[in-house]
Amino acid sequence: MKKQTFIAWITAGLLLAFSFNSALAAGGATPPPKLKWSFHGPFGTFDRAQMKRGWQVYKEVCAGCHSLHQIYYRNLQDIGFSAGEVKKIAAEDEVAAGPNEDGETHDGGELLVRPGKPFDKLIKPFANDAAARAANNGALPPDLSLTSKAHATGVDYIAAVLTGYKDPPSGFKMNEGMAYNTYFAGNQIAMPAPLSADAVEYADGTKATVEQMALDVSTFLAWAAEPEMEERKRLGIKVILFLIVLTALLYALKRRIWAKVH
Amino acid sequence: MATPTWNNPVIKWVDDRLPIFTFVQHSAIDYPTPKNLNYWWNFGSLAGVILVIMIATGIFLSFNYTAHVDMAFDSVERIMRDVNYGWMFRYIHMNGGTMFFLIIYIHIFRGMYYGSYKAPRELLWIIGVFIFLAMMATAFVGYVLPWGQMSFWGATVITNLFSVIPFVGNDIVTWLWGGFSVDNPTLNRFFSLHYLLPFIIFALVFLHLWALHTHKSNNPLGIEVKGDQDELPFHPYYTIKDLYGLGVFMIFFMGVTFFAPNFFGEPENYLPANPMVTPAAIVPEWYFLPYYAILRATPDNFVDAWGILPVIIDAKTSGVILMFASILLLCLLPWLDRSKVRSATFRPIYKQLYWIFLADCLVLGWIGANPPEGMMLLIGRIATFWYFFHLLILLPLVPYWEKTKELPESISAAVTANGEGSKETSS
Ligand code: HEC
Ligand code: HEM
Repeated sequence: MKKQTFIAWITAGLLLAFSFNSALAAGGATPPPKLKWSFHGPFGTFDRAQMKRGWQVYKEVCAGCHSLHQIYYRNLQDIGFSAGEVKKIAAEDEVAAGPNEDGETHDGGELLVRPGKPFDKLIKPFANDAAARAANNGALPPDLSLTSKAHATGVDYIAAVLTGYKDPPSGFKMNEGMAYNTYFAGNQIAMPAPLSADAVEYADGTKATVEQMALDVSTFLAWAAEPEMEERKRLGIKVILFLIVLTALLYALKRRIWAKVH
Repeated sequence: MATPTWNNPVIKWVDDRLPIFTFVQHSAIDYPTPKNLNYWWNFGSLAGVILVIMIATGIFLSFNYTAHVDMAFDSVERIMRDVNYGWMFRYIHMNGGTMFFLIIYIHIFRGMYYGSYKAPRELLWIIGVFIFLAMMATAFVGYVLPWGQMSFWGATVITNLFSVIPFVGNDIVTWLWGGFSVDNPTLNRFFSLHYLLPFIIFALVFLHLWALHTHKSNNPLGIEVKGDQDELPFHPYYTIKDLYGLGVFMIFFMGVTFFAPNFFGEPENYLPANPMVTPAAIVPEWYFLPYYAILRATPDNFVDAWGILPVIIDAKTSGVILMFASILLLCLLPWLDRSKVRSATFRPIYKQLYWIFLADCLVLGWIGANPPEGMMLLIGRIATFWYFFHLLILLPLVPYWEKTKELPESISAAVTANGEGSKETSS
């Protein structure tokens, strides 16, 4: 009995492991390398300086094509900007002003605008998907708010795609306007390599290599997908510790109550 | 059982008119329970707790959820980001679904090992199968609510299955959708059903417990209780054991919820639903995978492989039939299994078959996660075959040649012989 149960559990475990493995392997492209991130693991946190650099890369490079629909300017306080700084960042962008006293949203076909406020959502690069496609060779730059959660390999995937540009191997047939990318499904991506050395100038003096910028913006996007992560883990530790103590007490009580039975 | 006497005048007054305190005393405190139940008997009460957790977190989620195709996805993200502790409620609810199925699967396989479905507990078992079906329906419509890619495409694939019903199939699908594709009316009614079904489950659980308390729990030996010496009052013995089990389970549940909340989920559901883009692979949540494998196992016209009948049964139709049969067949288990001995402990052949069947179900789950091609399809077909072969052929026939071991005199005799109260007698 004992031995059989044991064997059965081992089989079950192996099968489960297999099923997850094969689920991950699907997709075609090379799996991205597993990198070390400060925010992985039960105690991991986001590196504030890195997130600020990541925001700079997003703002100066990616925001030309990709929206970050779920993020409000006020959220930027989470990554280390002061309330005043956030106000300034928001005010640099123009957002739809909404109806004026006469109930108009447009003036002579032009959208009425005002400077952004912290409670606004980040502005989008294009008015709609059609405009985004028109500017990108027919391809749609996806919203990046949840990208790190929407791929099985998570944030590693973003970093890999950003650094995965190469010349196509000889004989590989490329389509018009596409770039070769090791990690993108099908190896052809409609996004031209977005990063080049010194594409941004970091205020903190960090050298803006392609790898550095890729790691920074990936960290920023991981936060954008899971802004609750640090709070979640902090609370989680307390919850687990509490449950362990409670369960130990319940176990002791169970032993005591059952001691009388035999 | 003696009717308790109440000293507190208020309790006495109420109990005279509505004997609710007497009811609780009888069914949760004095309730006589076999003394030899092992930890596999914890999963029933765990399932009850998780049902309450699902309803509680679900109600909080629906305070902030918007059932509209243009807003559902963002309303869930708003819960995750802007509602106080919204992420916690959402992650508890999301992983609670997983935990619910994990618990119920263990609960069902416990019943199969110890023959708990046999007379006089057949109805108890059948109600359980219906609870399981209602859970599947609830989880399926719930998964559509966040309106991600898998929500949309899962809903499309599964609702389409109804099109195999002869003559009226396509009309039924249109009726289910409330239109000509999965769209806003579908999302609206799925939200309505998702709120309704858990309360139907609640009512079914009540019937389940009523049936249970009529003949009391089975036990690891599968023999009848012979008298008081075989039993213990539910409180405090099993209340404390259930609470301890709940503690252990919560550590696991909360560990996943707080530290790996998306481990069991499908990443692509974090992309908003897009009817124009079909995902590379449409995979259901892990708990549906074995059925998904059965659904996709059959070839065209497999019922009539010799081409004798005047009808052609396509792969989809036979797959749907087999999938529903694989669950409904469980209702017949009490009559398919012809052995008088309940517990697998005393059934050497059945015990082996049991573990093979369990492994077979896991294999089906693994196959369900993969595209039905080549080797995978072949293994899926063999595993599907074995599933039905086990239930329809082996269970009825095995008792004819199986030599069961000698059953112990009584629970207390077995317990004293073993010197251990809470352990199953091992052979
Ligand atoms: C010139 C416009 C443009 C810029 C600038 C740009 N992208 Fe893209 N990006 C695209 C397009 C278009 C796609 C879709 C590619 C496809 O579908 O083949 C894309 C795809 C992606 C993907 C893959 C998404 C997925 O789910 O597979 C990621 C990740 C990404 N971009 C990140 C970034 C980051 C980070 C930056 C800034 C460093 C950036 N992009 C800058 C246009 C751009
Ligand atoms: C049997 C109990 C239940 C089960 C198994 C269940 C299952 C699920 C599942 C699998 C999801 C999708 C989670 C996701 O991926 O996001 C979900 C979502 C949801 N459920 Fe339930 N549920 C149950 C009870 C309830 C109840 C009683 C309510 C309301 C009173 C409710 C309200 C919601 C809401 C509003 C959502 C959408 C938000 C979200 O997706 O997180 N649920 N449910």
